[in-house]
Amino acid sequence: MTVKLGASIVVLAALLALAAPLLAPYGPDAQSLADRLQQPGSAHWLGTDELGRDILSRLIYGARVTLGIVALVSVVTAPIGLLVGCVAGYFGSWVEAVLMRVTDVFLALPRLILALAFVAALGPGIVNAVLAIAIVSWPPYARVARAESLTLRHAEFIDAARLAGASGGRIVLRHIMPLCLPSVIVRMSLDMAGVILIAAGLGFLGLGAQPPTAEWGAMIASGRQYMLDHWWVAAMPGIAIAVLSLAFNLLGDGLRDWLDPKQR
Amino acid sequence: MKAASRTARIIASAALTLLGLLLATFLIARVVPIDPVIAILGDRASASSYEQTRKELGLDRPLYVQFARYVASAARGDFGRSALTKNPVAQDIGRFFPATIELATGATLLGVLFGVPAGIYAAARRGRLTDQLTRALGLFGYSVPVFWLGMMALVLFYADLGWAAGPGRIDAALEDFVPRVTGFIVIDAALAGDGDALRSALSHLALPALVLGYFSFAYISRMTRSFMLQELGQEYIVAARAKGLSERRVLWVHAFRNLRLPLITVIALAYAGLLEGSVLTETVFSWPGIGQYITNSLLSIDMNAVLGGTLVIGAMFIAVNLIADLLYRVLDPRAR
Repeated sequence: MTVKLGASIVVLAALLALAAPLLAPYGPDAQSLADRLQQPGSAHWLGTDELGRDILSRLIYGARVTLGIVALVSVVTAPIGLLVGCVAGYFGSWVEAVLMRVTDVFLALPRLILALAFVAALGPGIVNAVLAIAIVSWPPYARVARAESLTLRHAEFIDAARLAGASGGRIVLRHIMPLCLPSVIVRMSLDMAGVILIAAGLGFLGLGAQPPTAEWGAMIASGRQYMLDHWWVAAMPGIAIAVLSLAFNLLGDGLRDWLDPKQR
Repeated sequence: MKAASRTARIIASAALTLLGLLLATFLIARVVPIDPVIAILGDRASASSYEQTRKELGLDRPLYVQFARYVASAARGDFGRSALTKNPVAQDIGRFFPATIELATGATLLGVLFGVPAGIYAAARRGRLTDQLTRALGLFGYSVPVFWLGMMALVLFYADLGWAAGPGRIDAALEDFVPRVTGFIVIDAALAGDGDALRSALSHLALPALVLGYFSFAYISRMTRSFMLQELGQEYIVAARAKGLSERRVLWVHAFRNLRLPLITVIALAYAGLLEGSVLTETVFSWPGIGQYITNSLLSIDMNAVLGGTLVIGAMFIAVNLIADLLYRVLDPRAR
């Protein structure tokens, strides 16, 4: 039930993001100073911001940025985590010791603050934000992938592949990694909410997407000045962030329970 | 003997993590697209003075030598000078640190105070309203951005209802009357015996600590619930109930005894998480802690300050986890 709810919200957000130009009532950057800081009403369902831009439209376009970051982070981190974990799990001995030690060190470091420092060093922007989040996010996947490949290491079909003359690299890439993928994906859906929150935090601090890009975290930051009299400017994007990360949390929790009946 | 070597192993692993943290900040400093020599001399410097400064900074040496020097100076507490405040970063951090600790401690206390009982009762009434409510509250805590919740709390409880004091640590009018002894303003005000200052400080602390504490509530109640569910399935609980003990006694005496150990780790992790979470919260509440120091330095690319703050928070993070690991070993008879 919760999985379905989470999944439908995520799918809905993805559809909104894809069809943003068709669904958004206004352009994301269409300013109208005469209509600035309008309360939510019939013309602007969620009100307007300090430049008279329609908040609903900006939220819809902002879904593109947030989901884009989530997708990019997954595309970057999953292969790194998979590779590190599967290589460690398959080869064992000192390779495993070294790789898992590195993973543990990364795992024990504070994620958000390191990501902040990375972006500050690389310079603000979405690409750098994605890089920074990816650098601090891969270790859990490496752990999951290693645990999974440990059980595969001595499987008969792996022995068969080895006897057939497959190289270690080929076995890891073609035989082990694909089988570790499902558990890594479940683990990832659990992490997506965290990624959204870090991305929003970076945007809030001005380190993520740069203006005038409609990014939820940055929208909260710009609404901060007006929050005492015009609460909706900052409130709406926060609600969007909360709903989307809640959806990912529900989805991830549900998937985990589904795969691991002990947790139920 | 065996226990001693295990303890040594825990400490060695924390030391290794610390070294990893130092390596991370060292590498971050290297990727900054600003030439440190030009940052000092300006881009009109002659080639010879450029070379000289480069040598003085040790930038002509191999990377591992530079890293060793970096570790040595960090160990001495030397993080360089802040470009923004012109002070040594260590001095700045010393000034801002107590505020962060004060906030994180207050928040963790709240999180434990509410989170542990909530988790226990949620487990005891599994599937019923208390449980559903606790889980929903927890899940929401995992999903909302902390800085946003802080802003909304300010709008509602400070601006609209006037229940709590606004941004800052104490009313500006009272600020100069509290002598700085420990740097923890609540304690300093209490030491000075200044009732007004103490009330003001507590009222300023309340809102940010509640907001931040909510996040540790979310984590602590969730973990407590899942530990408690495990315990409640054990036979000794059935035995205790069969003896006719009151439910309260079963929960709080028999089961809770076995929760204390895992809870130590959970609370430590929550505390470490809040140290980090303070970075975003302090900005919203104009709380003069390390988090605000870091965010202010971020935008002016004052990397010494950013990395110094990152190192200190990261080191605290590692230290809190180390302490929890060691406590666990001391308190768990099986680990001795």
